Amino acid sequence: MLRFALRRALLALAVGLAVSAIAFLLLRVSGDLAAAIAGEDAPAAEVERIRAQFGLDRPLLVQYAEWLGRALLGDLGRSLFYPQSVSALILDRLPNTALLATLGLLLALLISIPLGVAAAIGRNTWVDRLALGLAVLGQAMPNFWFALLLIIVFGLMLQWAPISGSEGFASFILPAVALGWFSAPVLMRLTRAGMVEVLSADYIRTAHAKGLPVRTVLFKHALRNAIVPVVALASVQFGNMLSGSVVIETVFALQGIGYLAWESISRRDFPVVQGILLVVALFYVVLTMVADLLNAWLDPRIRRAA
Amino acid sequence: MRQALLDVRRLSVRIPVEAGTLHAVRDASLAIGRGETLCVVGESGCGKSLTSLAIMGLLPPGAVRSAELLSFDGEDLLRAPRSRMRALRGNRMAMIFQEPMTSLNPAWTIGEQLAEPFLHHGKGDRRQARDRAVELLERVGITAAASRLVQYPHELSGGLRQRVMIAMALMCGPELLLADEPTTALDVTIQAEILRLLARLQREMGLALLLVTHDLGVVAAVATRVAVMYAGEVVEEGPAEAVFGAPRHPYTQGLLRCIPIPGETPRGQPLGTIPGSVPSLVGGFESCAFRDRCPHARAACAEPVAERMDAAGHRWRCILEPSG
Repeated sequence: MLRFALRRALLALAVGLAVSAIAFLLLRVSGDLAAAIAGEDAPAAEVERIRAQFGLDRPLLVQYAEWLGRALLGDLGRSLFYPQSVSALILDRLPNTALLATLGLLLALLISIPLGVAAAIGRNTWVDRLALGLAVLGQAMPNFWFALLLIIVFGLMLQWAPISGSEGFASFILPAVALGWFSAPVLMRLTRAGMVEVLSADYIRTAHAKGLPVRTVLFKHALRNAIVPVVALASVQFGNMLSGSVVIETVFALQGIGYLAWESISRRDFPVVQGILLVVALFYVVLTMVADLLNAWLDPRIRRAA
Repeated sequence: MRQALLDVRRLSVRIPVEAGTLHAVRDASLAIGRGETLCVVGESGCGKSLTSLAIMGLLPPGAVRSAELLSFDGEDLLRAPRSRMRALRGNRMAMIFQEPMTSLNPAWTIGEQLAEPFLHHGKGDRRQARDRAVELLERVGITAAASRLVQYPHELSGGLRQRVMIAMALMCGPELLLADEPTTALDVTIQAEILRLLARLQREMGLALLLVTHDLGVVAAVATRVAVMYAGEVVEEGPAEAVFGAPRHPYTQGLLRCIPIPGETPRGQPLGTIPGSVPSLVGGFESCAFRDRCPHARAACAEPVAERMDAAGHRWRCILEPSG
């Protein structure tokens, strides 16, 4: 297990490096940054001055090395729009997105796993159909529309929760519901599919032959095997949530990473975009590694296969 | 008559299928006394596996079990609630299966899976479970038993896994062991070892063993009694020497002609075959199921066939008069 973890960590490091290069390059190929910073009607001399000032006239490799070196020290450059540094901006917004994503994921798992298990046990009964109905409902509604529904019903009519802003825990409830609700269906269907397959496995019959209670058979013997693909998918979804749902953050006026990214892209505030891109990509790298480790712990065969 | 440990009378298993109802087991009666070995033989699909699963209450969902009597040590299992069945399963009656490769849970260590029935049935604490597991692993012929406990099923070969399954079934010291074709999925060389092991354990531990197999050579070596199943019915059942020495049912006779006997069957002599194939069991029928393949079939075979029994407790379902 230790060797597996070490190998996974090394792989994550390599992917992280590759990702940083891509984050750096993507923005450079999107157009002339100096011209973008200078503004539309800037004279050519002004563009050239800015190119020199930001060091954009140097070879790409040099620029990348410099940027990476600073990034490793936590310096992602300065925003072209905000007075703060990029790191300060990201650190300012990240807790909001992290709290929202964590709540969203927890909610999604709390809905999807019990429902998926129940649907698998009661396959082709009303429980299964109810779960399928909820899944379709979750997937078919665009999330901005569902978010608006939540605002209207729970925010305006019932006044149970605040509908906008990022002050206090309560203002995260509705956005988290909107976020979790949207990713629950896939997790639920995957849990159900996994459980249906595992429940017909020979080792489940063995567990019954031992006289174990149904609870033990379901959760100790079946779920542990069925959950492996769910863990992998949940980590990707958590990554999506952490990278900030622009839509949800916009609808609820939550000052998160997604909102910041959207703002910065429209302003061509490229140091911020680059910084967010890097941070988010690193989240994915770390999450994938965590999911791999979790799965290797769940299913010992994975430890050896890698 | 002695009280049998397991007494099954007129057991039926029905499985709903698209075309109707599959009568997979029809009026099968069996009995095993303590310390006896009953071998159930017959070809694939004759209902022998379902019979053992029905006894354990482990039929797949949808399959319906009914019987006149299903008693274990005098206790009525037909009316036993699920909780009572769970208290018996893995404890006083245990089962091993055909597929050792998939019968162990890939996510848990051998040690954990061995300890499970022992702990669940309250036989002792974790340390005692570990000691018992090591003792049984050694007993089923696994070397370096203690170090196996931390291994996972995928690290063991099929033969070893089946040995682990056997050890697992014996953890609580059962009185009855059901072995459903325990060697079918294994290499031929391993098959004999596993069967010898089962026979030895049966003797040493005084187990009542219900061994489902289609290996008649094995049956001859270990069986106290033999039940021959065909198309869901027990067509012949009795003491091993009677069934082998004087088979009454034409199907049993045909089956015995299909196997070579070392030293007796001359080299080069063609083995027997049974022409035709097993009738469909969907819908059910009253006549003798073997009628279409039987060399002695006559008009009366289309009628329901009563079971006959001789003084030695040898039963069969055929209208033919025993001829020597």
